[in-house]
Amino acid sequence: MKLSQSRAPVFEALEEYRENRIVSFDVPGHKQGKGNPELTEFLGKQCMSVDVNSMKPLDNLCHPVSVIKEAEELMADAFGAEHAFFMVNGTSSAVQAMVMSVCKRGDKIIMPRNVHRSSINALIVCGAVPVYVNPGVNKQLGIPLGMSVEAIRSAIAEHPDAKAIIVNNPTYYGVCSNLREIVRIAHQAGMKVLVDEAHGTHFYFGDYMPLSAMSVGADMAAVSMHKTGGSLTQSSALLMGKDVSEGYVRQIINLTQTTSASYLLLASLDISRKNLALNGKKIFERVTSLASYGRQEINKIGGFYAFSRELINGDTIFDFDPTKISVHTRDIGLAGIEVYDILRDKYEIQIEFGDIGNILAIVSVGDKLLNIERLISALSEVKRLYSKDSAGMLDHEYIEPVVVCSPQEAFYADKKQLPLRETLGKVCAEFVMCYPPGIPILAPGERITKDALEYIIYAKAKGCNLTGAEDINTEKINVMTES
Amino acid sequence: MEMWYTEEQTKNVRFSIRCDKQKYSAQSDFQRIEIFSTPEFGDVLVLDDRIMLTENDEFVYHEMITHVPMAVNPSIKNVLVIGAGDGGTVRELCRYKTIENIDMVEIDRMVVDACKEFLPTVACRLDDLRVHVHIDDGLRFVRGVVNKYDLIIVDSTDPIGPGEGLFTAEFYGNCYKALNDEGILVNQHESPFYRTYAKAMKQAHRKILQFFPVVKVYQAHIPTYPSGHWLFGFASKRYHPLHDLDEGKWNRLGIDTKYYNTRLHKGCFALPTYVTKQLMESE
Repeated sequence: MKLSQSRAPVFEALEEYRENRIVSFDVPGHKQGKGNPELTEFLGKQCMSVDVNSMKPLDNLCHPVSVIKEAEELMADAFGAEHAFFMVNGTSSAVQAMVMSVCKRGDKIIMPRNVHRSSINALIVCGAVPVYVNPGVNKQLGIPLGMSVEAIRSAIAEHPDAKAIIVNNPTYYGVCSNLREIVRIAHQAGMKVLVDEAHGTHFYFGDYMPLSAMSVGADMAAVSMHKTGGSLTQSSALLMGKDVSEGYVRQIINLTQTTSASYLLLASLDISRKNLALNGKKIFERVTSLASYGRQEINKIGGFYAFSRELINGDTIFDFDPTKISVHTRDIGLAGIEVYDILRDKYEIQIEFGDIGNILAIVSVGDKLLNIERLISALSEVKRLYSKDSAGMLDHEYIEPVVVCSPQEAFYADKKQLPLRETLGKVCAEFVMCYPPGIPILAPGERITKDALEYIIYAKAKGCNLTGAEDINTEKINVMTES
Repeated sequence: MEMWYTEEQTKNVRFSIRCDKQKYSAQSDFQRIEIFSTPEFGDVLVLDDRIMLTENDEFVYHEMITHVPMAVNPSIKNVLVIGAGDGGTVRELCRYKTIENIDMVEIDRMVVDACKEFLPTVACRLDDLRVHVHIDDGLRFVRGVVNKYDLIIVDSTDPIGPGEGLFTAEFYGNCYKALNDEGILVNQHESPFYRTYAKAMKQAHRKILQFFPVVKVYQAHIPTYPSGHWLFGFASKRYHPLHDLDEGKWNRLGIDTKYYNTRLHKGCFALPTYVTKQLMESE
């Protein structure tokens, strides 16, 4: 019999466990918090009492047979998937599981270059080779777009042996590709479609949302429940379509997944899924109206451009996530990262990220109108007090990657560390990226071009947080010795 | 049966008032609203478990938040009041015949309606022809206004809850923009005594300093507010609250007050040493 979405099996089992007052001679050693009073005072007794280990009544994430299995079935049902896995190592682990489930060493995988680092990390681990598709850039805004169907068609024609295609749905900025068509042509060519839906949880629940991966027959999707769905940070879900072996994917997940999954994370997934299934429609209607009010008011200030569905062009911007507040800031003479810093330092407002030309504010299940008002008013003040001439600001151009070898080969190759400015023309052996958004400027195995170097130097000067390199200050970059 | 209203002023301090009966209780979109009648303080308005005013001591707060700026610049004509749904601040302002317009921006219509019905001695002037009540978020309202008001009074709740936005840099900056060249901003400035209130007080002071050339703080004694010692902020683009005080002019208006007088005006900016220190820390 199918369980009702108002149930939450893991949550219910934990409640029962707590009521039974079990004496524990197992891990964790804090024993319901008693062994760590300061932490218990900080997090609360309730929380510590369910920070427990796998045991028969609570099931085991590595091999679920009872309450976790039921909770995963409910998750799958809520998302319209064949099967769902609870993930406790972040959406990064879900993305990696997707890639490693369909690719082996030497296999090709088609992806847009603006993927999250977790996808390319998976290639370092499993040895697959990326075939990058230029996602295109909106010149005015300097944001990378979605892959065009035509670009994918030609990538498929050039690499008919590729195993799969990765699609962002949506990108960090909210841009969606024509996923239905991509799935159709990929399946025709015998390729799997893996969808990074780190920012797409709400697509499954709200009305008037872009199409979700499962609804158009994609093979797998990684969904960050914690990003817009309300579960605890690091909790996530991996969704399966029809033609993927659940058992094999579980084996892949278990290669790298912890064997001590946190029940706090599992319960948060369970409860959030229940909330979304029961109330998601209403919740995201509210979120959408907050975001669209926010965009409207921000656009009234002048100078800022909060962009949205008016950009839709039927292809590289097939759809746009209406819950995002993405704002172009360059016309007030400030880089997105500068606005991001001012908002935090002067106005105590933390937004998701700022890059060269834009900022992104995430609106989600937890937001209220008063806070949106604060953001709008702060932006109007930023313009009044900080705006300057926008001449001389860098346009973000798509940096065409020149792939010399696979990320794995480059990462494990003999390498040396060179000062940034001496690396031109060498083959990069590590990642360089701004975080957030975590989209690599350089990935292992790519030739270091003048454009890439200039971008890195400009981003550093504007105060972006550069990560990925072995040198924590990104003053030196690892390059392959051969090159 | 004994009935007491108890307010947790801090985690470790409680303040109780004996009640006769509850007159009103409702949950609005923004907060819990209650009105009790009490033998000691008369009727008491409570929002989200915080006393906003009592009939017997509200005169201190409302006189101090209005007459101090009005005595510094008695020719004020156009006033914006933010918060103040109970009507007390508006009542005091309405005593000046020279004021031509009062815009009052309160986020919660239910507070205004409840006070009109149950606290008539406070809300009595909300129907004055010069008063325009706008049900709106103060932060939002002031964002669209440039160079308009002679005086803005921020009569808000504490910085947790619906009043939160009224303690922010974006709000004070927008107020600066909404005031004309002679504009004055007066705000309820929390208390220096208990730590959490003192923190809000210092933060507000630091933020206001960014914008206004003249920034001073004054005090009053309000029995039912936490610690009883309450502060107000006086910020202005031009007027100094003491140097520009025209005692004779204000006294000739013949406004009959219970707490405020021009001698007190001159004294209320003299702050205890520990308060001065706290303010200096945030500068």
